[in-house]
Parts: sequence; C-alpha cells; structure tokens
Amino acid sequence: MVRLSGIQRDVLSLYRSCLRMVRQKPVESQNNFKSYIREQFRAHLGVNKKDFATVEHLLRTGQRKLEMYSQPGIKNISR
Amino acid sequence: MNASVFARSALRAAATSRTAVPVSVRGLASVATSQTAPATPETKKPLMKKFQVYRWNPDEPEKKPYMQEYELDLNQTGPMFLDALIRMKNEVDPTLTFRRSCREGICGSCAMNIEGTNTLACLCRIDRDTSKVAKIYPLPHTYVVKDLVPDLTQFYKQYKSIKPYLQRKDAPTPMKENLQSIADRKKLDGMYECILCACCSTSCPSYWWNSSEYLGPAVLMQSYRWIADSRDQFTEERKAALDNEMSLYRCHTIMNCARTCPKGLNPGLAIAKIKKELAFGSS
Repeated sequence: MVRLSGIQRDVLSLYRSCLRMVRQKPVESQNNFKSYIREQFRAHLGVNKKDFATVEHLLRTGQRKLEMYSQPGIKNISR
Repeated sequence: MNASVFARSALRAAATSRTAVPVSVRGLASVATSQTAPATPETKKPLMKKFQVYRWNPDEPEKKPYMQEYELDLNQTGPMFLDALIRMKNEVDPTLTFRRSCREGICGSCAMNIEGTNTLACLCRIDRDTSKVAKIYPLPHTYVVKDLVPDLTQFYKQYKSIKPYLQRKDAPTPMKENLQSIADRKKLDGMYECILCACCSTSCPSYWWNSSEYLGPAVLMQSYRWIADSRDQFTEERKAALDNEMSLYRCHTIMNCARTCPKGLNPGLAIAKIKKELAFGSS
C-alpha cells in the first residue's frame, strides 16, 4: 500500500464527496452525474503529481463546481 | 450572383461618397473632422511605452503564469491604464482578460496591482516616462481566475457575513422612512463611498496570512458603517459578532489600506473606531 501525500488525499476526498453528492440526486440522473464526475477527473490524469500549483488550482475549481452542482435545484446534468 | 450584387452596391456607395464630399458644405461635424484627422498624428511623434501584463490561462493549468509584453503608442491611447488595457485587448491581443465596467472609478471592477500598488486601472494615470516598463498584476494574494481577474468569492462571503443591510427590531411603519438627523448622517461620510473594490483588503499583510478568518479592512469598514448608522437597531449584535480574536483584532494598524484606497477613504480609522467602541462602549 502506497502512502499518499496530503494533497493526494485531498484529491481523493474531493472525489468521494463528489460521489456522495450523486446520491442526493434523482435516481434516473445519477448515472449522468457519475459519468460527468469521472470525465472531469480523468481529463487531468496526466498532471504531474509534484506540480502542486496546478493540482491545488484544480482542487479549488473542483470544490467550487461541487458546491454548485450539489444545490438541490440541480436535478440532472447532460452534455 | 451575390458577389456581383455586392460589388455593384459597393461601387455605388463609392460613387455617391465621391460626389458627396464637395457637396457636403453643411456636413456633420464628425465627418469634417474625420477628414482632417489623419493630419494630427503625423505632427505628434509616437511615444511607444512598454507594458508587461500578468498572463495565466486556466484552460492550460499546467502552463505557468508569465509576463507578456505589449507596446503601445501613448499618443494614440487614453490617459489611464484601463484605456491602455482596452486598446491592448481590442487591437493587439483579444485573449487578454480583465474586468472593467464603468471606466470612471465607481464600480470597482478594474481593481488590479499596477506598478506595485493596488488601484483601479481606470483611475491610474500612465506614467509618460517611456524608459520604464509598466507592470500590471492581478490583486496580490488572491486566487486568479484568469489573467487579471481575481477570485473574490471569499471577499464577498465575508461581506455577506456582516449583514450589510439595515436591521431593525420594531416593525416598519407603513409609508414612512426611517429618519436620521443631519449630524447622524455625517457620521457615515467617508464610509458609504466604499465601492468594495478589494484594493485595501488585498494590500493588508494581516489579511494575506489570515484571509479565512480576519475580515479585512474593506469589510470591517462596512461593518462599522452599519454600527455607526443611527437607524440600525442591531448595533450590539453587530459588535458582539466582531468581538473575537480573529475577525477584528488581526488589524495591527499597518495602514496599507488607507495608503492604497483609490477612493481616498480610511478603513484603518474605521477599524480603530470599532476597537474603541468595543473597549469603552459606544461613545
């Protein structure tokens, strides 16, 4: 088991809270949210793990998006 | 077929304009000046000034921020930095991003760090000394959204937290205003003019290190604006909300706020007045 750095744990906890947010959404749209979240995280898989400034920026924007999408008024997501 | 139509209409336009020139004795003033305008720039030698602008694009988060250099002829540009920025965006590089709205120092959108000082770009004159390069950065210690656009979410959240509106305990009388004496109104001068541009808060070292808990000069001055308001009936509650280690007392009277304020206000003085009221009761 690899020991994760603090920032790696932050990324994981953001990912988990995103998935937790999905459970608050209507059942029929949950898959849309899930695939959107996966896509967003996969888009930046190539980021160097030592590039803290970038990772921190992505974490911040992710946090802001999570805050926005977890509002109860948002029922579905599509592309 | 369409092309021929266009060509013909263009020809006609050219023909009419050629005939119109000698005829237009009483032409519009703007038309007359536009014909003589090309003569004026020739008389003035171009005054080329270099600008270095902070650039960072969130779409390529792995690319580090960098300074991009632009060169403008000051004789063709308005006097303020905002004029220069707008010209850069219009004529040189449309990808340059910054906030602007009123261009006269009343909206607070164009707050940025120009030549080391937080100020509004629309109120800051361009130094005509062309030997120096003018440097433009976003507000210091803010997260950057793009180029010169800072993320002020935290600042606005803090502003919201002080409840910046009139609060009263008695129910409002219908069709009646809350009156105030002239002397009471005078107490608000020097505070209500604040446009929340965040220049002062982002210039405060104390705010740089504790921006999550310390409210910062701009928000504290607005807080005092409501404490000092004779019509507000929640003065004690407002004071109690500030009476802790972090919200207010992180102000160490560094006074960068008063030095940088583009509107010439003094948030440091307002903070000192809050401290005084908390220590001695309302004076």
